[in-house]
Amino acid sequence: MSEPVGRPPAGAPSVGPSAPPSAPDPHAIAGLGGEWQRLHPLSPLVRTGRGLIPIVLVLLIPTSGGRHGSLAGSLVPLAILVVVFVLGVISWLVTRWRVEGGVLRVDSGLIRRTSERFPLSQIQAIDTVRPGLARVFGVTELRIRVASGGGKAGRLAYLSNGEAETLRARLLALSRGAAEATPATRADEPQQILVRVAPGRLFASILLSGGGLVVELAIVTLLVLAVLAPGVAAAAISVGALGLLALAFSLFRRFNGDYRLTVADTAEGLRLRSGLVETSAETIPRGRIQAVRMVEPLAWRPFGWCRLEVDVASQKSKGRQDRNQSKSARALLPVGSREQAACLLARVLPGLPEQRLAPPARARWKSPLRFRHLSWGANERYAVTTSGRLQRVTDWVPLAKVQSVRLLEGPIQRSLALSSMHLDTAGRRVHAVLRDRDRGEGARLLEELPERCRRARQREAERESERAASPVQARAADAAGLPPARPAES
Amino acid sequence: MGFGGRAGVRSSAVKDSTDRGAGIVASVAGEGDLNQARQIWRAPSPRLRVLRRYEVATTALLALILAIGVSVAVGATLAAVVAALCVIVLGSIADVVAGRRVRAWGYAEREEDLIVRRGVMFRRMSVIPYGRMQYVELTAGPFERAFGLATVQMHTAAAASDARIPGLPAVEAARLRDQLTSLGEAHAMGL
Repeated sequence: MSEPVGRPPAGAPSVGPSAPPSAPDPHAIAGLGGEWQRLHPLSPLVRTGRGLIPIVLVLLIPTSGGRHGSLAGSLVPLAILVVVFVLGVISWLVTRWRVEGGVLRVDSGLIRRTSERFPLSQIQAIDTVRPGLARVFGVTELRIRVASGGGKAGRLAYLSNGEAETLRARLLALSRGAAEATPATRADEPQQILVRVAPGRLFASILLSGGGLVVELAIVTLLVLAVLAPGVAAAAISVGALGLLALAFSLFRRFNGDYRLTVADTAEGLRLRSGLVETSAETIPRGRIQAVRMVEPLAWRPFGWCRLEVDVASQKSKGRQDRNQSKSARALLPVGSREQAACLLARVLPGLPEQRLAPPARARWKSPLRFRHLSWGANERYAVTTSGRLQRVTDWVPLAKVQSVRLLEGPIQRSLALSSMHLDTAGRRVHAVLRDRDRGEGARLLEELPERCRRARQREAERESERAASPVQARAADAAGLPPARPAES
Repeated sequence: MGFGGRAGVRSSAVKDSTDRGAGIVASVAGEGDLNQARQIWRAPSPRLRVLRRYEVATTALLALILAIGVSVAVGATLAAVVAALCVIVLGSIADVVAGRRVRAWGYAEREEDLIVRRGVMFRRMSVIPYGRMQYVELTAGPFERAFGLATVQMHTAAAASDARIPGLPAVEAARLRDQLTSLGEAHAMGL
């Protein structure tokens, strides 16, 4: 397996050996012409790399331990390694892609052929992801998000860095209806950096988060135990080590994922770049945001920090797409000051409601811990609710995105003449709950809110059609910081 | 009082036992509640009540056989009698609860949206605009089919949306499905 390693210079936008030799211009991409293209020849190596690393470790550990164990014992992992790599090569051989007639086609599979088609006009956004191994070899994965197709994402893993960047820019340009003949533009369009997250603050925030505190407490306990009663400490480690490791690993993943996150405002929407080992760049298109949540954990309060998450529409999907889908509620700001959050919020959802109503005092009996955080408010465009026991959680939902309104009344609430109202959106994690309102208010809201949502939707539709009619005006509105709706798409 | 109209439907559901089934009644206007809009509340078929009773009875019977079987095998006749009494009492309570839950179901088709209400302990009322509909699902399990009933569920892009109406007579279920589909198309809007 060492044979293909290090052939292309790492990081350079190299043209793979499979690409036609007549490609002097790195901006020209053969696949756009309509002929079939293979992925980068290092793809199988990078793709199976994650699985290979533990196997390689298993191979190495006995030898480094000094005892050259039985040959048969090391043959088994070696065989697995070879099989995995051969399967990867086969999968690379049978995977092809091309852009033809406004459709991106990706064919793959040897025994069960699959042919995916992504109409360019329906492309929502294209994200680029570079796992650690991919960065070493200078390749990039493209994830294509389409409006239709149940939130399924197309994947091109992997392309060389330069190729990926140009293809991304070209596909996006094509999706906006540019003629295929126009020259490709670079992805680095004029953009305004809104927020940068400092690594030190991110590290501190993770140490102070719930999971971080648990890990720290466990480590301190173990240290104390190790000094006082080494036997007990050893037993505790053997019992809880795996769980602790898993937790620590998840914390590292968070650090890894949000490292040096920058949020920039571009023509396509908000562009997020982040990552320590695995870097990713993703775009949150305008007008696609279903809900925004601000979380202020108790331990962060002395520093005035908060976290902002956005939720975009996603379908429940099964199988291997899940890993990509889990990113649907994305931390727009993993940690930041209130001013930073307010600045981002003003960009994402301009014109938020100011006034909030507290619940009736008797709600204290139903939600003693939550009570001081409960409130809700709305204007003609958004609803806002706050809740949370120890941490304070604020949810904003555009009324135009509300899918259904639900009124709930549990037995305790009934005895106190209270009821809760849910505003459901297509997002996966965030939806607004107007908790413990007066029953009369609840009934009135159930009558009133669907009507308000309908009006908000109509206004939004009008705004969109205006934008579609006069893109120049839309750009002007962009500059004014108004939420420009995307041109109406099919 | 969001759930004020329940009483009205209850009486109608009990007395209306025609085959069309869906108990239809213009509900009484409560104080400041949804019913003031004078929409027509419909209820599941009274046969759903019978279906639920059969379900409870079957479960109770199985429990009874099991309890008596075990008691007799052990040789304690008194235990068998006590177990039987317990099962009968619990079964009756379950039957009463099931009956109240059936009566709590109701739905109303308004101009722009569908309202579904349900639940006794935890009462819910959902308002789902037709325009938000993604698809309508009509299901009928073997027991439901035996009673000529079907369940209609309206799905939106939000997983939490709760618009399921069980125990509709097959004819009414088909009508509701077609009605919802056409209304959904007429009001369709994106995400």
